[in-house]
Amino acid sequence: MSRLERFRSLFRTALDVPEEIAPERYQALRRKITLLLTTAAVVPLLILSVINYHQYRATLTREIVTPVRGLVNKTRHSFELFLAERASTVSLISQVYTPAELADERNLNRIFRAVKGEFPGFIDLGLINENGVHASYVGPYNLKGKDYSSADWYQQTRVKGVYVSDVFMGFRRFPHIVIAVQRMTDDGHSWVLRATIDTGQFDRLIASMGLEPESDAFLVNTAGVLQTASRFYGAVLDQLPLPMPPMTYETATLETTDPAGRDVFITYTYFQHADFVLMAVKPRADIFKPWTTLRSDLILLFVTSVALILSVAFGLTDLLVRRMRASDERRIAAFVQMEHTQKLSSIGRLAAGVAHEINNPLAIINEKAGLASDLMELAKDFPERDRFRALVDAILRSVERCRSITHRLLGFSRRMDVNIEQLDVNDVLKETMSFLEQEALHRSITTSVSLDPAMPRIASDRGQLQQVFLNILNNAFAAVPDGGSVTLATWLRDPDTVGVSIKDNGKGMSDEVLRHIFEPFFTTKKTSGTGLGMFITYGIIRRLGGDIAVQSKEGAGTTVTVFLPVKAAPTATLGS
Amino acid sequence: MQELKVLLVDDEEEFVTTLAERLSLRGMATRIATDGEQALRAVEADPPHVVVLDLMMPGIKGTEALRRIKAGHPGVQVILLTGHGSARDGIEGMKLGAFDYLMKPLRLEDLLEKLHEAGRLAQAAQGNS
Repeated sequence: MSRLERFRSLFRTALDVPEEIAPERYQALRRKITLLLTTAAVVPLLILSVINYHQYRATLTREIVTPVRGLVNKTRHSFELFLAERASTVSLISQVYTPAELADERNLNRIFRAVKGEFPGFIDLGLINENGVHASYVGPYNLKGKDYSSADWYQQTRVKGVYVSDVFMGFRRFPHIVIAVQRMTDDGHSWVLRATIDTGQFDRLIASMGLEPESDAFLVNTAGVLQTASRFYGAVLDQLPLPMPPMTYETATLETTDPAGRDVFITYTYFQHADFVLMAVKPRADIFKPWTTLRSDLILLFVTSVALILSVAFGLTDLLVRRMRASDERRIAAFVQMEHTQKLSSIGRLAAGVAHEINNPLAIINEKAGLASDLMELAKDFPERDRFRALVDAILRSVERCRSITHRLLGFSRRMDVNIEQLDVNDVLKETMSFLEQEALHRSITTSVSLDPAMPRIASDRGQLQQVFLNILNNAFAAVPDGGSVTLATWLRDPDTVGVSIKDNGKGMSDEVLRHIFEPFFTTKKTSGTGLGMFITYGIIRRLGGDIAVQSKEGAGTTVTVFLPVKAAPTATLGS
Repeated sequence: MQELKVLLVDDEEEFVTTLAERLSLRGMATRIATDGEQALRAVEADPPHVVVLDLMMPGIKGTEALRRIKAGHPGVQVILLTGHGSARDGIEGMKLGAFDYLMKPLRLEDLLEKLHEAGRLAQAAQGNS
């Protein structure tokens, strides 16, 4: 079986429900359709929502993080420019002046003031001779003669030629950095020009980033020691409580949790030529504020959509299933009706067949009894003649009764001489009613008629219609007590059908009686009826292409409604 | 007026013999036949005035027997008997030249009345021929 085939059969079996009209059937159907509809609508929506959720989130993160990255990058450039300028200045001085000129403190002082005027941040300037001793110094501290030969920065300067230190406190208990440049005299002596820079400049650069109060930015060295004060993570030279991000030459962002438990985004960049890392820390909540708004909108939209889908699915299914149920019920009712018609027509055929078969033996009985009677009359001396005559007469009367029954049955089921003409149903009804006027008067039965004057003429058989109406009217009269009422009405049901109703306020019928009313030999008038009236009526109406309906309620009367076609039915002339 | 000759045709022997006896009691010369063939032979042998013919018989159908009787002896009157109570067979029979039709079981008075009418017609016709 192919996949498609399997899918189809799955669908078929999913919607397969037992045939009979049971409430569970429709409940099961309703459940299945609703589930299917809902799943088909909600699942794609859910997938779409989840994708959207993640996409929006990613996009928003990018959108928010990118400017921060740019800012961090720019600030790093400012830092590098600042340091490079200072380093160049120191380097330039060391090249322009000879050690002898710099050793003269008046000269050095003049140079220092000029430099300080041009480049803010310089604190002092000093020349260290080849023994590592401060040979000359200008600045706020008394550092002349200080021996640096074993200091780390001095060693590094001797190796690298140019050295920019981390921030440190040194002898003066104030954060600063050192820029040192080593030079060689022509005769092979090495000396070092050293300047210290106030890191207050760093703070100004950080401040120029213009961060929100919840955000933080600072400079650390690669060992994680703070080079500028941080809002949240400590003072200068404190160990940064965050782990150092992995080394990269690009500006990068990572998500982490800080020691205070805040979810933060850290945007950081490593310096190219110095041992520094610039970091900007933003709390995640801040970044996601627009996202949170959007997310609640998304969730609201999703929930609303699902609610809408559910209500439509439920409503639609309910409507659908109810329609289905109604049509099923109509179909079953039609079946019942058909079955009923079938049953009656079988009964009719059976009755006619029985009547026909009975006629021959009946004829024999008739003749035998007749002959017996003849012989008795001819005999001169017949003992108990009177008694015998009574017996034979009784037999003949019974035969006569049977004869009338079989003839009526046969006449009903085999009657062919239908005489179709254009006639006015109202006329036929009034004419028939006139047969009963005497009885109505006698028993003071009220008869009221409401005949539609705009009735079309119909093609039908006058005599048979009279028989039908007379039959129904007779029943109505039999049902009402003296002083009762019988109401006649005619109307045009649709352009092809006229309706005739005969209503009485008599004793009515039980459902049990109603069920058998069209069957032959069924009678409630035990003594006076043959039980063929409604049976024959039904047969005639069906043959004329019409229909009959009886509504009755015990004690409340009966309404018999006859519908007749305006045009003659083909069965009216063909017979059964 | 000479004796009325009647041929009764019916496959129900009990019926036909009894009826024959009753008609004989009333002064008619009656013969019987229990199927179409017999009836035709009887008509050939001695044409009766009236044939009372049942339409529902095995063998030759009543209408067929009627046709043949009327073809050979137009003066013989035929009264049809139907068990159907249906006017159709009767009307069809009338078209084929039957005198009248009656439904079973018979009322003897009806039959006698028809027999006398038909008999008068037959005697007149046969007397003329």
